[in-house]
Amino acid sequence: MTYPVNLKYTETHEYAKIEGNKAYFGITHYAQDQLGDIVFVELPEVGREIKAGEIFATVESVKAVSDCYAPLSGKVVEVNENINDSPDLLNKDPHGEGWICAVEISDPSEVNKLMDVAAYEKHAAEGGGHH
Amino acid sequence: MADLKKTPLYDIYEKYGGRIIDFSGWALPVQFTSIKEEHAACREAAALWDVSDMGEILVEGADALSLLQFLMVNDISKGYPGRVIYSPMCYPNGGVVDDMMIVCMQGGKYLLVVNAGNIERDYEWILTASKYFKDVTVKNLSADVAEVALQGPNSERVLQRICNYPLNELKYYHAAEHVDVAGIDTLITRTGYTGEDGFEIYCKAKDGIALFEAILEADEGDGLVPAGLGCRDTLRFEASMPLYGQELDENHGPLVAGLGRFVAFGKGTYFVGSTALMEQREKGLPAKLVGLEMLEKSVPRTGYKVLDESGEKEIGYITTGSYAPTLDKYLAMAYVPVEASAVGTKVKVLIRNKPYAAEVVKMPFYKRGKK
Repeated sequence: MTYPVNLKYTETHEYAKIEGNKAYFGITHYAQDQLGDIVFVELPEVGREIKAGEIFATVESVKAVSDCYAPLSGKVVEVNENINDSPDLLNKDPHGEGWICAVEISDPSEVNKLMDVAAYEKHAAEGGGHH
Repeated sequence: MADLKKTPLYDIYEKYGGRIIDFSGWALPVQFTSIKEEHAACREAAALWDVSDMGEILVEGADALSLLQFLMVNDISKGYPGRVIYSPMCYPNGGVVDDMMIVCMQGGKYLLVVNAGNIERDYEWILTASKYFKDVTVKNLSADVAEVALQGPNSERVLQRICNYPLNELKYYHAAEHVDVAGIDTLITRTGYTGEDGFEIYCKAKDGIALFEAILEADEGDGLVPAGLGCRDTLRFEASMPLYGQELDENHGPLVAGLGRFVAFGKGTYFVGSTALMEQREKGLPAKLVGLEMLEKSVPRTGYKVLDESGEKEIGYITTGSYAPTLDKYLAMAYVPVEASAVGTKVKVLIRNKPYAAEVVKMPFYKRGKK
């Protein structure tokens, strides 16, 4: 599996796709593969202020419940309503159609703390730590 | 995974892509491809499991039936060679030691197929009781037996290709001994834990891998897939079959679990638990197992609290909850007070500290159509 170069990654297998002052959050291919068939995503509320490292969503597969930790701080400006009806988008296209929410970035300096694709690919290949 | 118990089929999981997990001390595959895909294969075609973690206890001798009548809540005297009977085995308080399939065999032998987590306790319990009977021996055969489950509408067609026994004559809850399957000596029962037609097939541990692979190879475009624990649970859950440790335990017996039809109060002999169960029946049940359907979307899970409609009072808890793949619903089985057990009763389920609306619905959630 190759991971997109334009994303920034967390050790806990979330990503941020940064577009201007906005970032789209989701879970990585590795995370969805570990979870298996995803059947429900608890989305954050639009307008919520999230700090980096806080739980911004909960993803549930048939067997497991997994909290998702915000890669960056910011205000939720959009959620992906499509995954209410098709939570399997997170399995099928985790880095694209399966995004979870978008935030307005409040502290751009936090981006530097995230992993780039090379670091994340290594992390995932080594078993990904504990998710 | 080194210190986990392994079934005789452990060595082939990798070949088929099994993802191994620790399932209460056993190294078993949770899935081969995907829980949803394997679940759908069983409903629409066929799926094959290694269920050798299950235990097998043989009870034989002239007093075998008397012992079983004493221990089991169901009427084992209705058995005859080739018949299979389901029964809970209770404690004196009416709670459950284990629930099991009893295969009535030729020569007055009974093969008890018990849950993996309870093998030692069941064996000790039965062995202790057997001391009060003259001519009965109890043997734990679990380590020497491999068991596979072939389930789904195409099961008979697949299995028939590699065995001579006329499977269309083997009725539900019946067994055939010494059936040659691909050259292997097996015991076949037409039983299962999925809500579909199918078979459970037993052989010597050393033949387990050959049996598993012979069945997979007998597929001729029938859609048979190897399947894991994940869908073993979602399938039995949709069919509303109880799982020991969740719906049944030391404190939740057959009556509260809705298994009253298996409690043979009138069988004419005393059985362990009968006094307590009779009292429950007469005084009213302390709780009842019900089905719940989420009205507000979220996933109910084992152990979550059930609240009344106002969301203020805790009234029960979920024994098993899951997304139900065939029904595309979020469902649960839960213990609630009898007064909250009527179909249509509105309740709340507490999920991550938020109450979500749910409603009592009929069980089983899923029932296969008649052929």
